[in-house]
Amino acid sequence: MSVRYLSCGDTAFTVEFGNEISPEINGRVMALHAAIGHARKAGDLAGVVETVPTMRSLMVTYDPLATSRADLQPRIDLLIARGLTSGMASRRVTLPCCYDDPEFAPDLAEVAKRTGKTTEQVIAAHLASPFKVYVLGFMPGLAYVAGLEQSLYLPRRAQPRVRVPRSSVAIAMDMTTIYPFESPGGWHLIGRTPLWMFDKRHEQPVFLSPGDSLSFQRIDRKTYDRIARDVESGSFDWTKLVKK
Amino acid sequence: MTAALKVVRAGLFDTLQDLGRMGFMALGMPTAGAMDRVALTLANALAGNPANTAGLEIGVMGPDLLVEADSVRVALVGPLSPTLIDGPDAPPKPIESDRSHLLKRGQTLKLGMVEGSSTAYLSVSGGFALAPFMGSLSTYPRAGVGGFDGRKLAAGDALPLARDHAAPGDDRKLAAAFDYGAGPVRVVWGPQEDHFSAKGRRTFVESDYRVSREADRMGIRFEGPTIEHAVSVAKGGADIISDGIAPGAIQVPGAGLPIVLMADRQTVGGYPKIATVASVDLPRLGRLLPGQTVRFHAVSVAEAEELRRDQEVRLQRAIAGFVVARPPGGIDLARLYEENLIDGIVYE
Repeated sequence: MSVRYLSCGDTAFTVEFGNEISPEINGRVMALHAAIGHARKAGDLAGVVETVPTMRSLMVTYDPLATSRADLQPRIDLLIARGLTSGMASRRVTLPCCYDDPEFAPDLAEVAKRTGKTTEQVIAAHLASPFKVYVLGFMPGLAYVAGLEQSLYLPRRAQPRVRVPRSSVAIAMDMTTIYPFESPGGWHLIGRTPLWMFDKRHEQPVFLSPGDSLSFQRIDRKTYDRIARDVESGSFDWTKLVKK
Repeated sequence: MTAALKVVRAGLFDTLQDLGRMGFMALGMPTAGAMDRVALTLANALAGNPANTAGLEIGVMGPDLLVEADSVRVALVGPLSPTLIDGPDAPPKPIESDRSHLLKRGQTLKLGMVEGSSTAYLSVSGGFALAPFMGSLSTYPRAGVGGFDGRKLAAGDALPLARDHAAPGDDRKLAAAFDYGAGPVRVVWGPQEDHFSAKGRRTFVESDYRVSREADRMGIRFEGPTIEHAVSVAKGGADIISDGIAPGAIQVPGAGLPIVLMADRQTVGGYPKIATVASVDLPRLGRLLPGQTVRFHAVSVAEAEELRRDQEVRLQRAIAGFVVARPPGGIDLARLYEENLIDGIVYE
């Protein structure tokens, strides 16, 4: 499979693996992201600043005072030629989500109506979806998580909300997401997690990473309140959400 | 008492910025950083700091800063007018930009309007004593991180200084204003130039574009002739599967007008990007004001890299060529002693 190199000025270029969204293409993107990370840790690829994975491409940023496109591109080609099958150890993350409170899930009834399901069936389908974090962007910690069960596909709301509360769990198209901040948003709100997807008190303020496998665990309002208090006070144990 | 610069009057949009928060775009974290890398680098060099030290980026109008330290050396770069030093025991004194100044406890630095550019910079010798966030002091207000409390400065803020008094030595100034270059803004085609018709690409490089009122640290919207997409907007011609956004990326949404994405740009986006501003000219973009017009001119990646390396050489030359700043009309005794002229005068 060939790649396309797209110019992004003299401080970046994009390695495009395809023009569609598929697990295979994203797997190669993530593998190159990891391979460049390993090479840099080993002291190679001097001048590379960082890499930005998306659904189907990897942007490589560099310092033109330390290297050049002509120097870097053959090295990237070599990494790709060596094979990108190894991939990286994917984390398995489970996020608690409360679907039961109408305040948390204002769009649940409408999603049920438009997909011809009961609200319980919508929740079950969301819980059963094999989610994967493809890309983070738009705002710090906002994850585009694909893998939503097909029967839940809906376009975005015709009228976006001006204010979506932090930690709202939402769906649109073939994806789900969790809002890291209060912000405007056009996705359907079907629940809320007591966790913060961006917590500046942490050394790693962004919880999710590209490549994470993700599933949701249903909690009731009481459990939500308890975890929310622990998250607020900083005593919540985040490590128990992650399996290697 | 902690040494500090106290904000006694806030400006309009003053944030601490270094050269950017690199390494976390994969987590959706924008780089932020100085809009005019050249000016911040010069201000830091005048203050004796490494280039990546955080300084104050001043937009539109600067603040009044009271010195709460024995002394502090500040460097100003950019067109600030008027700027005054006001002290308890002397009338307000106008001071120049593009040089450093030694300030003493109780004096107030009154930074005026930024004129002829959208940004000016203030660096303090030794830097600010603030904890970096994700490796950087660049302020990114949308996430409330970096700089001073993750936001623009407000009256009452006390910016802690790393040094409680200035190191001995002369104030220094630029020998000549740094030449940012004139003429068209250099760009490199791509990453999605193939999303535009041949006519659309010609329009882009053959038309004048005017900076609109919607210009901030995130991006600069231009007004001018619309750029035609290769596939009609109704058929998705202005949509792509989101990919990474480099500094200076020029996205063209359905309306056909270019937006140059700057320091606070989002990390990924779904509009096609016709071209990317060459890094040599990004500081010029960072200085543009609403109403100013530019023309874009395409160069190759290798040419853009070469231009950037040339600019770095000129920047280092400008720094090596700093001259000692003397008060106008005053006698520089230190220099006279250095040159042995005093001896000569005495014994002749």
